[in-house]
Amino acid sequence: MKHLLSTRDLGTEDIVSILAMADHMAEINSRAVPKVPALRGRTVASVFFEDSTRTRLSFETAATRLSAEVMTFTASSSSVNKGESLRDTIETLSAMGVDAFVVRHKSSGAPQQITQWTDAAVINAGDGWHQHPTQALLDAYTITRNFNELNSMQGRTVAIVGDIKHSRVARSGIDVFTRLGAKVVLVAPTAFLPSSLDGWGVTTADSLDEVIGVVDVVYMLRIQRERIDAAQMPSLREYSSLFALTPERAARMQSHALLLHPGPINRGVEMIVDPSLVPGSRILQQVTNGISIRMAVLFSLLGGDATTTLQNGVEA
Amino acid sequence: MSSTSTASSEILGVTDVDKALKRIAHEIVERNSDLSDVVIVGMQTGGTWIASRLHNNIAQISPAVSVPLGAVDISMYRDDFSLRPLVLSAPTDIPVDLTGRTVVLVDDVLFTGRTVRAALEALNDHGRPRAVQLAVMVDRGHRELPIRPDYVGKNIPTHFSDEVSVGPDGVTVVTASGESQ
Repeated sequence: MKHLLSTRDLGTEDIVSILAMADHMAEINSRAVPKVPALRGRTVASVFFEDSTRTRLSFETAATRLSAEVMTFTASSSSVNKGESLRDTIETLSAMGVDAFVVRHKSSGAPQQITQWTDAAVINAGDGWHQHPTQALLDAYTITRNFNELNSMQGRTVAIVGDIKHSRVARSGIDVFTRLGAKVVLVAPTAFLPSSLDGWGVTTADSLDEVIGVVDVVYMLRIQRERIDAAQMPSLREYSSLFALTPERAARMQSHALLLHPGPINRGVEMIVDPSLVPGSRILQQVTNGISIRMAVLFSLLGGDATTTLQNGVEA
Repeated sequence: MSSTSTASSEILGVTDVDKALKRIAHEIVERNSDLSDVVIVGMQTGGTWIASRLHNNIAQISPAVSVPLGAVDISMYRDDFSLRPLVLSAPTDIPVDLTGRTVVLVDDVLFTGRTVRAALEALNDHGRPRAVQLAVMVDRGHRELPIRPDYVGKNIPTHFSDEVSVGPDGVTVVTASGESQ
């Protein structure tokens, strides 16, 4: 594996091995000094053309804890504002010596394009509506570990609630959850569902009330106002009445059921209940687990890369 | 057609392994007058069963003292990532702060010394031990670093390309002796 652009780049055995590696990383993160020399001398550039705080910090923390050097590039404070193209940006940073790019971009497919312009590994940290693979991996990690499973979500049902259509988190999550054996039910108004769900392997429900009492995981998506034009947006009040997590609905969750949210939370929109009052909430645990998963991804890309390079000639 | 013949010889049997583990346990007790400072740490994964056996033997020799048992995974500390594929073993589990303790680090085979070097670095992330002692079932020579064992089950002279396998049932050396034909 050279890049991580989509969950579809990963075989199911790759997913399982990344989750297992994340257990090692979690042990490191639990130490008083959470740092190991594994990626000493490597450089990880985080290149974000779209706003993000938690994902960028999570990747940078992950890289730092593996002793890699971190280069930070944010579009808002860069020469992109002077008209520099994506290609020039990547080639310029590559010339400074980068082993991995962590990329977020508003255009679907931008990370894939970047792979043509650099020899470095490229990790997709979210591209448009398309994919956000590390989010799906950290969610699968959070779910499996809470249910004391090592590599399976067999027999579990996950309700993904909200704006599925514009959500890269949903697309990545559905792929990973179903391949680990979970059933996925999408809970959304028609306007928030993709026009076709052929081949997705999911079912749908028209309201949160239909499923809240029977699912094992309630996965609330953020309503992404920045990706939705006004005409598409059903009135927020109407949306909330059917799809928001209220205290009443949260009380009907099964006692073992988990509440997840990729953040940031829109309080009063999709989350009317205070998540800290929901016993099954693992929203902050998702953030913690995100560091372990991203360490595992960085380590498997950059560790394996060195092996390949050497086998291809330097020493063999 | 080519074939390579290998010669396999058993150096220690099951009772020899058992005796060696008893002797090493006695040596550990003898050398560490204050056993309450001692922590046994097995290296994942080859050293963990040996550490566990030593731990049991020490408990029989000195039932009054409870010696902690841990495990250390060194895959994040290797200096030779680029030379061999990463093999993930079980995670590190160090039950106590190692600061001021005497760690008995346990592995199956001592060879180049590189895994021990990595383990010493890994241990430092769990505190600053007062001393680290090294116990191995087999010392097969060919050191590449200034590292020596404190307790040895058996010294076995080997060729660099030999394979030494250590288990509760015994110790076997496999020598690749044939040539392509």
